Amino acid sequence: MLSLKSVSKRYKTGDLALTNVSLDIPEGQVLALIGPSGAGKSTLIRCTNRLVEPTEGTITLNGEDITALSAWGLRKARRRMGMIFQEYALVERLTVMENVLSGRLGYVGFWRSWFRKFPAADVQEAFRLLDRVGLKHMADKRADELSGGQRQRVGIARALIQDPALLLVDEPTASLDPKTSRQIMRLICELCEERHLSAIINIHDVLLAQMFAKRVVGLQLGEIVYDGPPDGLGPDVLTQIYGEEDWEATIDKVEDEDDDEETSEPVASA
Amino acid sequence: MTDLSEKTSYPSSWKKPPLIKRAWLRYLLWFGAAIYLSLAFGTMEVNWDRVAEGIPRGQKFLAAFFPPDFSSRWDSILDGMLESIWMAVIATVAGIALSVPVGLGAARNLAPLPVYLVCRSIVAISRTFPEIILAIFAVKLFGFGPFAGFLALSIATVGFFAKLLAEDIENMDPVQAEAIRSTGASWLQWINYAVQPQVMPRMIGLSMYRLDINFRESAVVGIVGGGGIGATLLTSFDRYEFDSAAAILIVIIVIVMGLEYLSGYLRKWVQ
Repeated sequence: MLSLKSVSKRYKTGDLALTNVSLDIPEGQVLALIGPSGAGKSTLIRCTNRLVEPTEGTITLNGEDITALSAWGLRKARRRMGMIFQEYALVERLTVMENVLSGRLGYVGFWRSWFRKFPAADVQEAFRLLDRVGLKHMADKRADELSGGQRQRVGIARALIQDPALLLVDEPTASLDPKTSRQIMRLICELCEERHLSAIINIHDVLLAQMFAKRVVGLQLGEIVYDGPPDGLGPDVLTQIYGEEDWEATIDKVEDEDDDEETSEPVASA
Repeated sequence: MTDLSEKTSYPSSWKKPPLIKRAWLRYLLWFGAAIYLSLAFGTMEVNWDRVAEGIPRGQKFLAAFFPPDFSSRWDSILDGMLESIWMAVIATVAGIALSVPVGLGAARNLAPLPVYLVCRSIVAISRTFPEIILAIFAVKLFGFGPFAGFLALSIATVGFFAKLLAEDIENMDPVQAEAIRSTGASWLQWINYAVQPQVMPRMIGLSMYRLDINFRESAVVGIVGGGGIGATLLTSFDRYEFDSAAAILIVIIVIVMGLEYLSGYLRKWVQ
């Protein structure tokens, strides 16, 4: 469904952030992208919806070449790619509802959005999604009044109301505590399953990646060095991705934490 | 590692590294500044005789202001004041309306380079001329009266407001802007949803502040022929009616203080 063919990105500073990355993601697959800081994870995600222009290579979404699109075509293509951000990236001075509805901006005209007169179906969907992420009562609050976990849920609702085919998720848990992190990851994965969405999730945390993703891709200095199932991440692979370190503890812990995951409180399934 | 086990002697004093690393340059700058200042003060001639004469004259002058006379020229004070307020309000509104496109164009993170350069030049030019110079131009072009004052204040407002708007936009959080862009929003929607909410509170505060400035400047602008309370003030000086002038100054002070209070209150409220 999404396919990247030999994508490279060189920044104006001369730094080569991605070298010759090729990746195919079938429909409904949740892929975790791991790698050290500066490996090019964020760049890869931003190249996909051209927030960052790739220097070389082609990206196709459902057969459409994203890299060849005009400004208008790109707007239309971006509607099908919902993005979720590390620091939530809500517009802080807008209400929760405005933030969610901003996901529809690609579909409505300027004056409608200016007067906040979104179509009834959009408003209904916004309430439904806020309810799904457990924040229906917060619709009129300003985004900066929310806690980190709540903000990220609004971010998720904003991405989903775009009716995307693909989710681009950039470090969704990096600013959250461990428990909220898991809740958010679980929510994202559940929603992907419900709606048959593919997702690329950038994530620092190897454990979370193993816990939630069916496929893990390891990026190191802009190149793919691992692409396989989560249980294939042995010490040697992790060393290849991140460098020399004692990985046994990390890998062991996976099973431990998997156990107590059952007891952790179910979230936002209301 | 081995260093730790040895008895290394660590220095017990530490000095903050100086701002200018080269010692000779540092001393040269101090020395140069001292010489320039002493020369500058030496050049300024103070004629103490004239100062001595001036002090009693100043006392007489000040005494002429008291008691302020509100009543005998009240009609023209009121007229001038209303004209000044009107001038300040419409100059602020028109100036800000013009500033918005210029400010958007002068923000490097929104505008392409050519647009940026044009808008920055507009800002730079209108900031080069103080209100009084602009007013003299406008009076020369369009004759005496409040229209000249309005024009001068509007142009000055563009320089002030567009610059601060552009700077505020350049300092906005890029991630929020990125998020709205990633939804497929158009440029105008992006400005409305991502940029405007981030800069709005400061802009509201600044427009109140600019209204306050424009009102004060309207007095100055009036003195060179731009109408308003400045013209009234000038007339009263010309007629040696210092008690009426004092009344005008008091009214100006009261209105400026009122605006100050209002803008402070408004700024707190929009945060």
